[in-house]
Amino acid sequence: MEGLDFSNKYVLPVHIGGEEFYITQSIISTWIVMLVLIILALVVRFYISRFKAIPKGFQNVIELIVEVVNSFTISTMGERNKRFASFYGSVFLFILFSNLWGLLGMRPPTSDLSTTFAMALMTFLMVQYYGIKTGGIKNYLKGFLDPLPFLLPLNVIGELANPVSLSFRLFGNIVGGVIIMGLIYAALPGLLQIGIPAVLHVYFDVFSGVLQAFIFVMLSMIFVSGAIQE
Amino acid sequence: MEGIDGRALILACSAIGAGLAMIAGIGPGIGQGYAAGKATEAVARQPEAQSDITRTLLLGDAVAETTGIYGLVVAMILLFANPLITRYLSLLGQ
Repeated sequence: MEGLDFSNKYVLPVHIGGEEFYITQSIISTWIVMLVLIILALVVRFYISRFKAIPKGFQNVIELIVEVVNSFTISTMGERNKRFASFYGSVFLFILFSNLWGLLGMRPPTSDLSTTFAMALMTFLMVQYYGIKTGGIKNYLKGFLDPLPFLLPLNVIGELANPVSLSFRLFGNIVGGVIIMGLIYAALPGLLQIGIPAVLHVYFDVFSGVLQAFIFVMLSMIFVSGAIQE
Repeated sequence: MEGIDGRALILACSAIGAGLAMIAGIGPGIGQGYAAGKATEAVARQPEAQSDITRTLLLGDAVAETTGIYGLVVAMILLFANPLITRYLSLLGQ
């Protein structure tokens, strides 16, 4: 059973106020991903003064990312909500880097339910906040009685199910990939481990990772723009 | 059932249960296949709308996948964070 333990392993104990917490593998992965993203941002910030009107090389890549995120936000949330592009761009990059982290043989931060649930909770709170802000508290509460008052419990459960399904979708896909890759590594003897898993890594980490990052951001955008009433 | 430890029995049944839970994967498989087939038809009929169709398809697939993911979560709880063993031990303790 040595190679078949897929739990999130404890690395360091931390004592806060008499309670014992553990720093897990996924927390360390999260810190590294954050560090990489921060360094990337600082590098871009450093080079931004040297950017020219005609892009070349590095500048091309950065402009492409910004442009894709901007146009995608506008096409999903509408022209009025394009200020969300910077937020969702950051979330997308974080999830993308996290999902691709499995390629380096480390535990992806998104294979921890805490990470994905925190991000889904962010969407949930944004939906509630913008629902109240743009529609007023009266319209917001009335929305739960639509279309018929006795459907109130169903509407509340449906609202609460959103962050759960959003977080479990990302978590389940990534952790499913981690488990399947672990089983394959455990099943293949010695030299066969070179080459064969690479094909599966392309599917479970690259394809599934990019797709799930995209889907998480897109669903989150749709929930939030649905809450913002015209 | 003489000679079988209760915990071993729970573990064995949990493994079977995890396998059964993954039958939930059939639903999303059928649904996503149906959606992809329809999307192919739509692209064939209207190739210029391909990007819109692809986006709708991915969104629909993501929602259709939810039930399968729930099945996966149940299977993983049974395999890696089994609550029944601790329940059994606490029952024995009484």
